[in-house]
Amino acid sequence: MSGLKKILGLLWIALGPVIIIFLFMQAADKIGAATDGIARTNTTLQWAIIILIFIPICTGLVIFGYYAWKGEYDHLPESSKEL
Amino acid sequence: MRSTESNVTQSITQVIAASSLGTLIEWYDFYIFGSLAVIIGQQLFPSDAGASALINTLAIFAAGFIVRPFGALVFGRLGDLIGRKYTFLLTLVLMGGSTFLIGLIPSYSSIGYAAPILVLILRLVQGLALGGEYGGAATYVAEHAPVGKRGFFTSWIQTTATLGLFLSLGVIVLTKNILGAKNFADWGWRIPFLVSILLVVVSIYIRMKMHESPVFSKLKAEGKVSANPLKESFQKKANFKMVLVALFGATMGQGVVWYTGQFYAQSFLENTCKLDFNESRYILLWAIVFATPFFVIFGSWSDRVGRKWIMLTGMLLGVICYRPIYQYFLDVTNVKEMQKTMLLSESEPVVERGLVPGKADSLITTTVAKTLTNGMTFKESKVEVTTEDVLAEVPAVQTVIKDVTLSRQSYIMVILLVFFQVVLVTMVYGPIAAFLVELFPTQIRYTSMSLPYHIGNGVFGGLVPFIATLIASFQGSTPLSGLWYPIGIAALSFVIGAVYIDNRRDENVTD
Repeated sequence: MSGLKKILGLLWIALGPVIIIFLFMQAADKIGAATDGIARTNTTLQWAIIILIFIPICTGLVIFGYYAWKGEYDHLPESSKEL
Repeated sequence: MRSTESNVTQSITQVIAASSLGTLIEWYDFYIFGSLAVIIGQQLFPSDAGASALINTLAIFAAGFIVRPFGALVFGRLGDLIGRKYTFLLTLVLMGGSTFLIGLIPSYSSIGYAAPILVLILRLVQGLALGGEYGGAATYVAEHAPVGKRGFFTSWIQTTATLGLFLSLGVIVLTKNILGAKNFADWGWRIPFLVSILLVVVSIYIRMKMHESPVFSKLKAEGKVSANPLKESFQKKANFKMVLVALFGATMGQGVVWYTGQFYAQSFLENTCKLDFNESRYILLWAIVFATPFFVIFGSWSDRVGRKWIMLTGMLLGVICYRPIYQYFLDVTNVKEMQKTMLLSESEPVVERGLVPGKADSLITTTVAKTLTNGMTFKESKVEVTTEDVLAEVPAVQTVIKDVTLSRQSYIMVILLVFFQVVLVTMVYGPIAAFLVELFPTQIRYTSMSLPYHIGNGVFGGLVPFIATLIASFQGSTPLSGLWYPIGIAALSFVIGAVYIDNRRDENVTD
């Protein structure tokens, strides 16, 4: 199981940037497709909020993957004393 | 001995009642804004959109996604510094106060742009308060609960989100039925907001009489309260890695299963399947009524078999079953095909003429009410735009189906399928408070558990309608394509949870 945790860690590290790139591409596509005026500003605002929120989450996924790769999750704490 | 057990049970019952009532009211307050968003938009925002559309977007979008995790951080920190009781008392006052004030804001016609700006501010306060409430209530109950029954007792807190939705829908439908649609749209919509203050006053009175969590009191007496819970939660690797595993392995999947079962299902039935407004709501209400006891059943069961596999089974069943369930919804409401062989009767056409907004073109809508041999009814409208511009292309007539009501058999089947989805919600959501409480030490519990919970629910869950609709708008997509978002997130969370989370139940939450 430890080996699987580590290998999957690499996948999580890769997944973070992939999601961010995908979101930027979608944002550009949808903002470009929105009609001029308030609709475009609203779409821009919504995507700005989404990207702003998902960048730290994806960063968290990369850190999670890094911890997994380094074996930090091989043993989870049995009690709070180990934290 | 029997007397002591009875006292403990009585005490924990009071703790649950006080905590659950307040949390229920907070959910009620949060949901009535969403349920009445259209009327609020008409009353407090100018009809010509403009800047107010931006404020409206921010008020609904930002409070749901941005502010809740911030509320979790702000009030989580407070809860770990000054105690659980006073912090979630504060969140209750903020939520109740802001909800009451929304009901008092003069309309746009009276105070202009001050109206939408005030709504935005109060909505942000609501989001912050909700972000702080849940972690406090769950922690408070868990720290009172006896060993071996933590899942059972915290599951009562878990019922409040669903019951808050039920209560908000109930109060709105009741007020509208009593006042009539016109009075409700004019001024009656304020009543559900104003009623909140009565509920909040009762809840504050009850909560004031409660004692601080015994676990936190002990920590405080020993001088072991964390000096900087934010720093300890997120800068200390041992804690931070548990925050991450809680988010990606549990709350992320839980959030999408919750929002798919309770919100996307209703939205899909109404907007994609074109089900009648009331019928789609009654289906959800029935499903909630029958499924709510399962929060307690799964919470209690998790005390015996562990939290992990109950939650992950809920996610896995969602991954497997969502597409067949929603395909059934589409099939059973496909009246366009059904009427070819099952048309029983149709009414005389009703013709309405109007203008295309912002143009000189005429809009002609011809509506026919139809009944099928299986008892289903619906309205079919043909919408035609006529123009005086001789060079313009001849416009196509657009056929629109609306107000579909189901046959009795299909109605029961759809209720059962929405019920099944809400049961999945109870599987992932019933044990999660106990799971999160047991994951973190007392000193930083409020802060540490609140953040992954509100990112999982506010962000991953709250975005289900937006992202699902977005995916369904891609070229080549089908009405079911939007389900790939909750399915993908739940599958990812299932894998992470299965591989990285232990099925342990930490008996000792006093450390």
